[in-house]
Amino acid sequence: MFVDFFYHLRGYGLKVTITEWLSLMKALAIGHSRADLHVFYNLARCLMVKREADFDNYDRAFASFFMGVENHFDISDELLEWLSKPELPRELTDEERAKLEALDLDELRERFKELLDEQKERHDGGDRWIGTGGMSPFGHGGEHPTGVRIGGSGGGRSAVQVATDRRFRNLRSDRILDTRQIGLALRRLRKLDKDEGPEELDIDETIDSSARNAGEIDLVFRPPKRNRIKLLLLIDVGGSMDPHTLLCERLFSAAHKANHFKKFEFKFFHNCVYENLYTDISRWKGEATSQILKRLDHTWSVCLVGDAWMSPYELTHTGGAIDYYHTNQVTGLDWLRKFRDRCPNSIWLNPEPRRIWNAPTIHLIRQVFPMFELTIDGLTEGIDVLRGIRPNRALAA
Amino acid sequence: MSFHAFTGTDTYLASPELRDSVNVASALEKPLLVRGEPGTGKTVLAEAIAENLVMELLTWNIKSTSKAQEGLYVYDTVQRLNDARFGDRDITDISQYIKYGPLGESFLKDQRVVLLIDEIDKADMEFPNDLLHELDRMSFFVHETGRQHAARFRPIVVITSNNEKELPDAFLRRCVFHYIAFPDKAEMEDIIRVHHPDVEDELLRQVLLRFYWLRDLPELRKKPSTSELIDWIAALRRGGVSTESIESELPFLGVLMKRENDLEAVMAAHRRGRVN
Repeated sequence: MFVDFFYHLRGYGLKVTITEWLSLMKALAIGHSRADLHVFYNLARCLMVKREADFDNYDRAFASFFMGVENHFDISDELLEWLSKPELPRELTDEERAKLEALDLDELRERFKELLDEQKERHDGGDRWIGTGGMSPFGHGGEHPTGVRIGGSGGGRSAVQVATDRRFRNLRSDRILDTRQIGLALRRLRKLDKDEGPEELDIDETIDSSARNAGEIDLVFRPPKRNRIKLLLLIDVGGSMDPHTLLCERLFSAAHKANHFKKFEFKFFHNCVYENLYTDISRWKGEATSQILKRLDHTWSVCLVGDAWMSPYELTHTGGAIDYYHTNQVTGLDWLRKFRDRCPNSIWLNPEPRRIWNAPTIHLIRQVFPMFELTIDGLTEGIDVLRGIRPNRALAA
Repeated sequence: MSFHAFTGTDTYLASPELRDSVNVASALEKPLLVRGEPGTGKTVLAEAIAENLVMELLTWNIKSTSKAQEGLYVYDTVQRLNDARFGDRDITDISQYIKYGPLGESFLKDQRVVLLIDEIDKADMEFPNDLLHELDRMSFFVHETGRQHAARFRPIVVITSNNEKELPDAFLRRCVFHYIAFPDKAEMEDIIRVHHPDVEDELLRQVLLRFYWLRDLPELRKKPSTSELIDWIAALRRGGVSTESIESELPFLGVLMKRENDLEAVMAAHRRGRVN
């Protein structure tokens, strides 16, 4: 049964590991189950589910597993059976096998039998912590001074019923990126470099040097290490990007707050990059793209953010810009290539999920820049490209 | 294996689930990771365990600059260098320059203690991973003296996190996890009566109604927490605000909401007449 429960949880997308599951078996065997499904519910959860965002999935899994069988279900019997014939979910890794051996199942089985015997002898009146009506602080219906009701007749509601309440539904994270998560991802965007600036004491060198100097202290200073990343953030605003405003806002605010870049600039564009880029979202204050390009060199990284979703002519035709009064002489695609040529170490982040990256313009842009989803994973991959620890690969033309 | 039964204290009311989680963590000698919104009593839990089980409490407050090594020990090289230079002390005994941090100290105690690692999410992302080995084995090695220190009595480790970011999987796997849910109205009433023992019933009722209405607004970026609610009640009482105007005007809202966008969102929702 316990093995089935393990699989059942995994089937609900909970990343339970064998090690955690073995901890549960141990906790049960040393008496923590107290033969009560309510307690088992909490015990299994605190040992195997480590994020409140997964609690709702756990509730669903628990309810569906025990639905209908809860009344004629005896954890003690099941556990005793398992301890006598320990069945394991699958082949164990060496580490897991070591954990299992450390458990010493024989000893656990003996201990658990003793507990059960004790429980039988002193049932409804014992002072240990299994059973009902006793003097123990646990169990229910007892008279311990600090008496805690655990499960039992809790308003007549069973553990399964409690689980079906799905109290943790609101905690499901459907994993929206927040500013802090983005900030954390961006913090990884650093390449350390020796730089000028006020010097700091190098303890290790000072010790070495003093030792060589027969104990006469010789202080050694060195220039501090600085991040040499220069980042230009180009964000697509308006139109089809409107649904992603909040996400882009968060990315922007996280990047803006990150103070570890050597230089940081941001500009906005609409649909695609043309002659001008803008410093404000309403796109009034602009600067010529050619001027910006002149300031950049290969030490800069450009991070473009947009859905790359447009009509092909907006990307590949002169005069194809989306605003009808705007006649561009250079195609959007060529502008993008200029950025790529100037700053080869650049990426494109797309707030749309990868599975709908099927527009022709997305395909074209991916031949210029490696494209990543604007999710934690995508952002992390993209940042690895910028840091140079993951190959910078655009699609083959 | 020692079995300590944590039951809560007079001033710290622990739910049955929380007691179970604490006792399981204690029995399995695994760290207990406690998460929950600010103001749900994560930090005081460790104090309550220490008080309840009559154990010493060691606290390691994590800052953004904290390093795992500092929790174990630091080797005071500068002092030794100084002593060597000026010949004040015998410097051959390196152990006198080893200064133990809270984690290291908790392993060295000759009885079981409670160790609180407070706000682990404040440190660098890699910080929890750097602690894995020590928390698993409850032992550490001092390179400078070549000595291995293993805990004779494994401390009860309580780790709090404000839920601000994801902790690494490898770290989570080694913990017992407990999530302290935000107090419901009845629990909140008890909490408020601790801080404002003589609060009028009608005021409390009105305030709680508004407060939970506010927290349920989906457009809020930052939900007000317990401490802000307590401040709000203090402001309302000192300002002599009538209970009727709490409903009609939501006075001193700035005490509750700290962000301009949120304030506007609340006012807009209030105007839409969603208060009922």
